[in-house]
Amino acid sequence: MEILNAFFVAPFVDMGSDYIFFAEVVIAGVLTGVMYSLVALGFVLIFKASGVFNFSQGVMVLFAALTLVGLMEHGAPVWLALIGTVLVMIALAFAVEWVMLRRLVNQEEIVLFMSTIGLSFVLQGLGEMVWGSNVKALDIGIPSEPFEVGGILLNEFDLFAAASGAVLVGVLAVFFHYTRIGRALRAVADDHQAALSVGIPLRTIWIIVWSVAGMVGLVAGIMWGAKSGVQFSLSLIALKALPVLILGGFTSVPGAIVGGLIIGVGEKIAEIYWGPLFGGAIENWFAYVLALVFLLFRPQGLFGEKIIERV
Amino acid sequence: MSESPSSSQQQPAVGADRPPALLVNNIEVIYDHVILVLKGVSLEVPEGGIVALLGANGAGKTTTLKAISNLLGAERGDVTKGSIEFSGERVDRMTPNDLVRRGVIQVMEGRHCFEHLTIEENLLTGSYTRSDGRAAILNDLDMVYGYFPQLKERRNAQAGYTSGGEQQMCVIGRALMSRPKMILLDEPSMGLAPQLVEGIFETVKRLNEEEGVSFLLAEQNTDMALKYAKYGYILENGRVVLDGAAAALRQNEDVKEFYLGISASGRKSYRDTKHYKRRKRWLA
Ligand SMILES: Nc1ncnc2c1ncn2[C@@H]1O[C@H](COP(=O)(O)OP(=O)(O)OP(=O)(O)O)[C@@H](O)[C@H]1O
Ligand SMILES: [Mg+2]
Repeated sequence: MEILNAFFVAPFVDMGSDYIFFAEVVIAGVLTGVMYSLVALGFVLIFKASGVFNFSQGVMVLFAALTLVGLMEHGAPVWLALIGTVLVMIALAFAVEWVMLRRLVNQEEIVLFMSTIGLSFVLQGLGEMVWGSNVKALDIGIPSEPFEVGGILLNEFDLFAAASGAVLVGVLAVFFHYTRIGRALRAVADDHQAALSVGIPLRTIWIIVWSVAGMVGLVAGIMWGAKSGVQFSLSLIALKALPVLILGGFTSVPGAIVGGLIIGVGEKIAEIYWGPLFGGAIENWFAYVLALVFLLFRPQGLFGEKIIERV
Repeated sequence: MSESPSSSQQQPAVGADRPPALLVNNIEVIYDHVILVLKGVSLEVPEGGIVALLGANGAGKTTTLKAISNLLGAERGDVTKGSIEFSGERVDRMTPNDLVRRGVIQVMEGRHCFEHLTIEENLLTGSYTRSDGRAAILNDLDMVYGYFPQLKERRNAQAGYTSGGEQQMCVIGRALMSRPKMILLDEPSMGLAPQLVEGIFETVKRLNEEEGVSFLLAEQNTDMALKYAKYGYILENGRVVLDGAAAALRQNEDVKEFYLGISASGRKSYRDTKHYKRRKRWLA
């Protein structure tokens, strides 16, 4: 009886009794969730457009952040370092197309998957070789003054981060729906043979998609790096993207976004209100449990695209 | 439907005055490095012509079209011999993108719409290779809606949820949006009701006459295809076994029997053996 009470009643009583604290927990969860969403988004874009499960997405986040910090350490102003990093991520997309995709295009999916594992080691090694492997602080000059709204403590940087995530997603949505290239990307994701037949060059599309994934990774890297420094553990954020993908579906952009937020908020709440019951640190595996439970009921994910039956 | 043009004008497809727009010369296609599927196919499509490519299941029609549009790569197929020319230029090593820019586009069999895009978005993807501006593209969108009013009604519907007929119109319309000179049309009649098929063929004829688009038309529906085409080739087992003006093919006893399903009653058994021998000769 006491156990039932501890698991199913007490946590909710806590939430209700100190709702301001609860709101702060949720907000912290949303912010982490935004980062998960962005990483998952990178996965989904690449998976949709080229059928490749990109194991190296997490390392791309690290690599982008390392490049940004490295350029700034060499004296580049923030804006220049940002442009430089974007260019590096685009160059990376070209290299990936040239070295991997083009050559492996007709191979089994598992071969491509393994090549992205290789890529993650190459990128990590390259990043640390060029920029060093010590922990670096990332300060892009956004103030992080705390302030209060209705008793809830907020932080300027967090707001800025969440807003940039939202803007990025909005820009991508417009890009996918209203531009020629965006339409072509969706066409390739639907039926790459048919896309080829109307003259859409798959290689160009792959380069664009990997570039976009690199830039999404950069934004995630900035958010995370500014909070906890740029270091190897940044690439482990990808481990959190996996449950997000299971939750949201591997091919759904809205799924990646909503899934990221659910996992972000869910694991924070679980950690704070149920964590003590397990002796803490459930944040690390809670997402997987949530995803597995979910998998049992909706294997195609939250918004996993319905497979349209041809009549 | 009025009398088809092929039976009234008895001229051969390839005029002596004009060079053929598309010239396929003795091509051989191998899948997976070992499966020889086309064993020396040659054919011509004149500018402004409609040419039918006929044959039973597995004869090699689709393979021929994909060899021309260079969509074989994705299926591990390779053109290992022969040459393909379009408007006097060798095109056999070109990418589909190059070919679409030059005016050759394939409409694949099986109505490959982009299912999650709307009908209008599908049509717009057809204009991917164009650089003549938004106004010209929107103008052509109206042109396509003119030929397929049904698509206009369904312009905002997700293509995956439209009917088979609408999807067939959609993929033809999508190809039109590239401003093609020649459409390689693969089995437009597949799985459609006879009435719809006739509508599609009527539109093909109009597009040919009004927009000057040439067609190479792969079909199993021999009867329909020979009504609209001016010239035809019959493929069997990766070889052209017979070709000629559509009207002549329609009169050919073998075509009648094997492809049109008409056999003269009476001397049936005698004919059967005779044709069987002839057929054997084709296959050899
Ligand atoms: N990707 C492939 N790999 C190996 N063999 C193939 C491949 N595609 C087609 N073939 C073979 O090539 C032959 C010709 O096929 P093709 O699709 O060109 O015929 P078709 O005339 O279009 O037939 P249908 O009327 O059924 O569409 C068939 O025997 C088929 O099995
Ligand atoms: Mg076929």
